Amino acid sequence: MTDVSAGSALAATPSQESAAVRIHGSSPGDRIYRWTTMGFALIIPILLCLIAWEVFAAGWPALRTFGIGFFTQSEWDAVNGKFGAAPAIFGTLVSSAIALIIATPLAVGVAIFLSEFAPRWLRQPVAFFVDLLAAIPSVVYGLWGILVLVPFLRDHVMPFIKDTMHLGEFPLFSGPAYGYSMFAAGLILAIMVLPYISAVTREVLLAVPRSQREAALALGATRWEMIWDAVLPFARSGIIGGIILGLGRALGETMAVTMVIGNRPEISASIFQPGYTMASLIANEFSEATNDLHVSALMAVGAALFIVTVLVNMIARWLVWQIERAPGA
Amino acid sequence: MSTELDAEVIVKRLIVLGTAVSIACVVSSCGSGNERSATSDSAGAAAKLGGSGSGGVDLTGAGATFPNPIYAKWFHDYAAKTGVRINYQSIGSGGGIRQLQEQTVDFGASDAPMSDSEMVRAKGGPVLHIPTVVGVVAVAYNLPGLAQPIKLTGPLIADIFLGKVTKWNDTRIAAANAGLTLPAKDILVVHRSEGSGTTYVFSDYLSAVSPVWKNGPGKGKELQWPVGLGGKGNEGVAGQIKQTPGAVGYIELAYVKPNNLSVALIQNSAGQFVAPAADAATAAADGAAAKLPPNTDFRVSIVNSPGAQTYPIASFTWLLVYRNQPDATKAKKLTDFIRWALSDGQKDAAALDYAPLPSSLATKLVARLDSLSAGGPR
Repeated sequence: MTDVSAGSALAATPSQESAAVRIHGSSPGDRIYRWTTMGFALIIPILLCLIAWEVFAAGWPALRTFGIGFFTQSEWDAVNGKFGAAPAIFGTLVSSAIALIIATPLAVGVAIFLSEFAPRWLRQPVAFFVDLLAAIPSVVYGLWGILVLVPFLRDHVMPFIKDTMHLGEFPLFSGPAYGYSMFAAGLILAIMVLPYISAVTREVLLAVPRSQREAALALGATRWEMIWDAVLPFARSGIIGGIILGLGRALGETMAVTMVIGNRPEISASIFQPGYTMASLIANEFSEATNDLHVSALMAVGAALFIVTVLVNMIARWLVWQIERAPGA
Repeated sequence: MSTELDAEVIVKRLIVLGTAVSIACVVSSCGSGNERSATSDSAGAAAKLGGSGSGGVDLTGAGATFPNPIYAKWFHDYAAKTGVRINYQSIGSGGGIRQLQEQTVDFGASDAPMSDSEMVRAKGGPVLHIPTVVGVVAVAYNLPGLAQPIKLTGPLIADIFLGKVTKWNDTRIAAANAGLTLPAKDILVVHRSEGSGTTYVFSDYLSAVSPVWKNGPGKGKELQWPVGLGGKGNEGVAGQIKQTPGAVGYIELAYVKPNNLSVALIQNSAGQFVAPAADAATAAADGAAAKLPPNTDFRVSIVNSPGAQTYPIASFTWLLVYRNQPDATKAKKLTDFIRWALSDGQKDAAALDYAPLPSSLATKLVARLDSLSAGGPR
C-alpha cells in the first residue's frame, strides 16, 4: 500500500524504478518474495471491502424499512421498532468537531515549542509524555471523565460560563448543567487526539529544511515571523494530515465517550446537553438486541459511521489537495 | 524539493491511516460493548484441581451478564466438586438467545423470558425456561440530609421517570412521606444507556403499575426514555447518582452497598412500603409461584407480586435449555448441574446479593427437569 502511494507520488521517476524492480524480480526468490508481500498488502483492502459488505448487507433490512428517514429521523425506540439515527450522526460529528477545535491549537502549539524553542534536554521528555497520552486505554479516560472531569464541569466550568459570563441564555450553553454532555465528550476526545496531532506535527516541523529557516532569518525575519511565514506554510499539509489522523480517532472512539456523553438520542443546540454518538449507540445496544430489525438498525448505524468516516476523509483529502495547489506551499 | 514530496507522501499515508484508525475503532466498538463479558471458564479451575482427564470442556453456555457473578461461582465450585467443566460466556441475554437459537451452545441464559417469536425461531424445538435465582432492582437516590429513607409508590416512580414529577418537594412525593422535609431540588433521572436485563425488570414493573408507562415507553431492554441521562452499566448509573445531588435511578441490589447509596422504600401490592432485600424478593417469587398452573413454562413475571412482605421490583433470571436434548451424555450433565444449582447452589445467592428461589418452586423445577428428553424426535 505504501509502495503504491509512494510510486504515484514520485511520478517524476517511475520508469527507472519499475525497471529496477523488473531486473531484481527476475530471480525466483525475489519473485516469491514480491508476490508474498503483495499478498499481505492486498489482504488489508480485501478485508476492508468484506467488512463494508458485511455491515451494509446486515444493515440493509433496516435501511429498506426506513429509507432515507433512517438518517433524518430522531426517534430511536427499540420497544416499538422505530429507528432513526440522526441524533447519533449529529453527536459523532459535533463531539469530533469540538475535540478538533480544542486539540488542534494546543497540539500545534506543543509541537512548535518542542521543535523550535525547547532546549534539547527538555524536548525528549516532554515529547515522551505527550506521546504517552496515546497509550492510556480509553476506559481509563472514561473513568477519569466520570470521577474528575464531569463533576468539575458541572460545579465550576458550566456555572462560570452560564452565570459569571452571563451566557446561560445563549443557545450554545443553555439548559441545565448536568456535567454529562456533548462538551464533556468533546473535551475527553480532545485530550485523546492531542498526542496524534502533536506527534505528527512535530515530525513534520522537524523535517522542514534548515535552509528554509535560514533564508527567512537572513531576510531579517524575527524568530516568530520565521515560524509563522516560513516553517508553518511549508509544513501545513503535513499538519492537516495529523489533524485528519486525530479526526479518525475521534469519530470512532467509543468507550470514553459513552461514559461521559449522557447517551441521550436528542439533537440539541446546546453543547451542555447530553447527546449520543454512533459508536456509543452500537456498543450500548448490540449485546442485548434480539429483534432482527433492531440488530439490522445497529448494523445500519455502523454503515452510516463507515460512510461518514469515508466522506470526512475525502473532504480532508480534497482540502490537502487544495492547499498543495495554492501558491507558496 | 525532495522534502516537499516526502511531506506529500506522509500526508497521503496519514489520510489512509486516519480512515483505517476510525474503522478499526468502529470494529473494536463491538468488542468494547462486551468489555464486561468476562468468560467464566471453569475449565481452568478443574484443570488446576487435576479433574477428570479428558481435557475438554463438558458444557458450553452463553448469555446474561447480570447473573454472571453467581454463575461463575457455581461453575467453579461444581467443577471442583464433580469435575464437570462448564464454559459460560456472559455476552448479554440477547447474544445468549441468538446462540441458543442457532444451537451453538448447550444452554443459554437470559434476564428476560424469550418472546413467542423468539421461541419459534429456536432451531432445536421447544425451549424450557428454568429460573435460577431472583434479581432485585433498587431505586436509589441522592438527597443529602434526609432523616429517613424516602417512600415511593409505583405510579409515582412511573411519573418521575415519565418527567411528570420534576421536583423532589412535589405534593405527591410529600403526601407519601409525611413528616419528611423534602428539598425543592430538581429531579435528575438516570437510566441505563445500554440494553440490559435490569432495564427490562424495571420497565416491566412500571408497565404493571402505570397504564401511561405501558402505552408509552413500554417494557424492554432498551427504551425510548422520556427524560434523563444514560449511564453505562450498573456502575455508571450508580456513579452518576452518587455524584449528582437530586438524582434518582434504578440499579441492581449488589451495587447499592459498595456505592453507599440511599434506596427508596417501595409500596407493594398490599400497600406496605418495603426496602429492597433478598428475603423480600424471595417472598415475591413465592407469591407469584403459588399461582402458577401445573404445566407452566416458567416464563413468568414476578413484579408487583401479591403478599404483605414482598418487594415489588424483582425478577427471575433464567437458564434456557432445549426440551429435547440432542446428546444424552450432555443432557445428563446439564440436568445434574441444574439440580445441584437449584439445591446446594442456592446457598451462595444471598452473599452475592441475589435472592434464592423459594423452596416450593425449586421442588417444582426439579420435577420438571425429568420431562427433558434426550436424542428423541425433534
